Amino acid sequence: SNLWYLFSHSVDKAWKELSNILSGIFCASLNFIDSTNTVTPTASFKPLGLANGTDHNLLRYAVLPREVVCTENLTPWKKLLPCGSKAGLAVLLKAERLFHSSYHSQAVHIRPICRDASCLAVSWELRQTLTVVFDTFSSGQGKKDWSLFKMFSRTLTDACPLASQSKVYVDISPKNKEKELLEVTPPPASVHEAIVQGDRRTYAVYDLLSPSLFNTSRSLNVQLKWKRPQDSSELPTPVLHAQRYVSGYGLQTGEISTLIYNTHPYRAFPVILLETVPWYLRLYVHTLTIITKGKENKPSYIHYQPAQDRRRPHLLEMLIQLPANSVTKITIQFERALLKWTEYPPDPNHGFYVSSSVLSALVPSVIAMKDMDVEQSPLFTSLFPSLDGSSYFVRLYTEPLLVNLPTPDFSMPYNVICLTCTVVAVCYGSFYNLLTRTFHVEEPSRGGLAKRLANVIRKFRGVPPL
Amino acid sequence: MAAAAAMVGDEAERARGRRAALSFAAIAVVLGLPLWWRTTETYRAALPYAGIEGLGRLPFQLAVPVAVVFAPRSVPGDLPRPLPFTDVQEMDIAVNLRTSVTARYETAYRSTTAQEEAALDVATAQEADAGLHLLQDALLGALTVYVVPETSPLLPQGISVYVGKHRSALVRAGGGLATLRTRLQQLTQVMSFTSSSIAAALSDRLPDGQLGPDARRHLKSSLGYEITFSLLNPDPKSHTVDWDIEDAVNRYVQPVLDKLSLLANFSVDSQILYYAVLGVTPRFDKESSSFLLSAHSLPHVINPVEARLGSSAASLYPVLNFLLYVPERSHSPLYIQDKDGAPIYNVEAPASPQASLPLHVDVDMVRVMEVFLAQLRLLFGLSREELPPEFLLESPGNEGLADWELDRLLWTHTVENIATVSTTLTSLAQLLDKIGNIVIKDDVASEVYRAVATAQSAVDELAMGHLHSAFQASKEAVTSSERAFFDPSLLHLLYFPDDQKFAIYIPLFLPMAVPILLSLAKIVREARQQRKEPTKMD
Repeated sequence: SNLWYLFSHSVDKAWKELSNILSGIFCASLNFIDSTNTVTPTASFKPLGLANGTDHNLLRYAVLPREVVCTENLTPWKKLLPCGSKAGLAVLLKAERLFHSSYHSQAVHIRPICRDASCLAVSWELRQTLTVVFDTFSSGQGKKDWSLFKMFSRTLTDACPLASQSKVYVDISPKNKEKELLEVTPPPASVHEAIVQGDRRTYAVYDLLSPSLFNTSRSLNVQLKWKRPQDSSELPTPVLHAQRYVSGYGLQTGEISTLIYNTHPYRAFPVILLETVPWYLRLYVHTLTIITKGKENKPSYIHYQPAQDRRRPHLLEMLIQLPANSVTKITIQFERALLKWTEYPPDPNHGFYVSSSVLSALVPSVIAMKDMDVEQSPLFTSLFPSLDGSSYFVRLYTEPLLVNLPTPDFSMPYNVICLTCTVVAVCYGSFYNLLTRTFHVEEPSRGGLAKRLANVIRKFRGVPPL
Repeated sequence: MAAAAAMVGDEAERARGRRAALSFAAIAVVLGLPLWWRTTETYRAALPYAGIEGLGRLPFQLAVPVAVVFAPRSVPGDLPRPLPFTDVQEMDIAVNLRTSVTARYETAYRSTTAQEEAALDVATAQEADAGLHLLQDALLGALTVYVVPETSPLLPQGISVYVGKHRSALVRAGGGLATLRTRLQQLTQVMSFTSSSIAAALSDRLPDGQLGPDARRHLKSSLGYEITFSLLNPDPKSHTVDWDIEDAVNRYVQPVLDKLSLLANFSVDSQILYYAVLGVTPRFDKESSSFLLSAHSLPHVINPVEARLGSSAASLYPVLNFLLYVPERSHSPLYIQDKDGAPIYNVEAPASPQASLPLHVDVDMVRVMEVFLAQLRLLFGLSREELPPEFLLESPGNEGLADWELDRLLWTHTVENIATVSTTLTSLAQLLDKIGNIVIKDDVASEVYRAVATAQSAVDELAMGHLHSAFQASKEAVTSSERAFFDPSLLHLLYFPDDQKFAIYIPLFLPMAVPILLSLAKIVREARQQRKEPTKMD
């Protein structure tokens, strides 16, 4: 989970209060956010909505890579909706189907916006997003057909009466200019065309507020059927995508590598990379190398804040120019630190998580986009924002990394106690004996069992007896 | 001969051995044991146990300064001394066997000054009250009583006591000193505190069952309150409800909260909840053709809504929720039998089936706010109790609250705060005493010292009659005591198991102690044998 906020004053105390209050409201463990996982980025995050020229020192960004989303986070998220889960689109959001998916992500965004066109008053806009990836191909007997009922085990019955817009968009873009490849039922009332991330896409629109939608049946179950069996054509790769991994051997050193792909055929564009590495992986910045197409690529802006043990993580922000149709590899070496024995979590051999790095870029689009009005299509302008018609803003998160740290033998304190106590006891015991025992001459005895046994062995050896 | 020499040598050896063993034991006990004890003890700073105990036993003394001012021609004949003079009256309020609260009324009798006479020379009591307020420099907690002549036109017929908006009252003279004293006593009961209100404030020290049913309703004293106004609309398809809550709060609620701002911090917010259904289905009553909810099913009504009221995670202070419920179309109109609790607003417009849904409803904020304010006053314990028939209370008007009502709250809250501090500190002291494992850091100890000191100063100020400083001191004391009690550093070594301590130290000490003990045992045995031998040998 990650949390970022732009404050107006007195940041640190307010940051702690904010993370604790949000942790209580959303039942998420955001209260583990403290100075060891909070950074102050300079360029990657700009405030959305209205903002006066703000000092980047007032911005805080924190990531908790170990926390996962679960049902108890969904319930308070649904409570924020005006109709709750009683009416409208949120009726579909039942936990037992939503978490039966390959990917699940929830977000809450708050920003100040103008209340009306004259912008005399400012309101707060609350935007809640839920992203779920259902893999019907692998779970649905190899068919790529889907329907709302199959995915959510319920259908839409009415719109939320408090909503001013309530729409369902289904992507029916034809591939390779072949129509009639797929069929959507019930037939949509209208079709919306938009240019999304440089691609021309067609959407079938179902408007829940229009009275004609529920005329024929009381519920809306959108179904999509493929007419011909799909040959395994590849999905188009996005213009900007990235990968991140840890390499190296042993438990002392390692290397973090980030690969950034620019698949645009002829345009180069810059990208801001934000990396947050915990303090126990000590980065060596002199080993930072950025290689594109075999040549070294110098970033035009680097901001590096080294870590302080147990207080602050590493922060590395770079502005890198990506040439067209290239792969950029960024590597940096690190050394693993040995933690104090009370700082290890209960399962230390699971590993320690390194949070994902954030790539922010204005990607140029292959097709020119027209400016969309916020009022007409609020969904598209907020999901796929674009400042001008030629590029769109993308924020990518890479995978989080799992790194093993050298763990001590946790039974060592007991071993140490035993060892020192034994040494002390033996040494002290003999010292004590020397001081307090009394010595006197002893008559030699006739010998006991030990002497007889020794004589038997001597006879075998051929040595004279004792 | 050689045997005898060997015997002597042996004896010397044995004596040397004995001396060595004894010196080992002596060093271990004298040096080793204290050193080990000092290096392994938990850090516990000293706490003022005597002060905490004293706080628990302190008898409260509440001093109320009262000034009785006689207008000309209203002085009763049987005054014990000529004006001006002071009189002290004490009254005991027994709370329980150990604690008792003494109320001291320090009454100062004097005659009016020229300005006061001019202020009293007006037509109505309200104007007199306003004029007198400008002349006074009334401290919190102090009362001023003006005695006007029997024939004065200020008080209407049949009324002999008039209580104003501020801290003054007008009493009609007549009947001598005894009636004056009775009226004064009744007046102080109304304007400062009654024995039941003080007893209710100290309720956690009382055994159960001694309080009246109303006493439990009052809110516990806290440093702040968060007030939430919620509009519940279970059926947004049929009703669109509009309420101008911001304006209503600014006009009706904010003045009261401003007056109470001395008492606590207040924050107000509002929300609209949709699809909030009642937990109970109301039944249809044929005679009045309306739906009825009985009063004792009201707690069940609130339950499903309470989960959605929210915001207890986001606030340090207790939350007061005021709910306005708009019933569904199928359940309108809705009445509650034995009106008590959340008001139900009925849709006034006749619902004709041809009307296009949703119906627009404009909430009449004046009616709603009246009820909310009455409930707010009830929650704070400001209800007008039974008054003797000849009393007239001035309504506070726009301000919402009279000054003396604020005083009543301050008296009870101060006493309650001091009682809370005392119970908190006593239980903390008992806990720390009983569990020797808990670490007491320096800042916890300093908070406890501060709490004890401010609580004692609050009690002293109460005894002197300075209500304002007593209240501030009691608030500080509560904050310090809560901070000390809930400090997370107290839990540091709390669950450290005892067997781990044994596991660490036994392997070190046992091998050291065993030889010493065995040698000591041998020495003791030999000494005993030697004592027996001389008796045997002769």
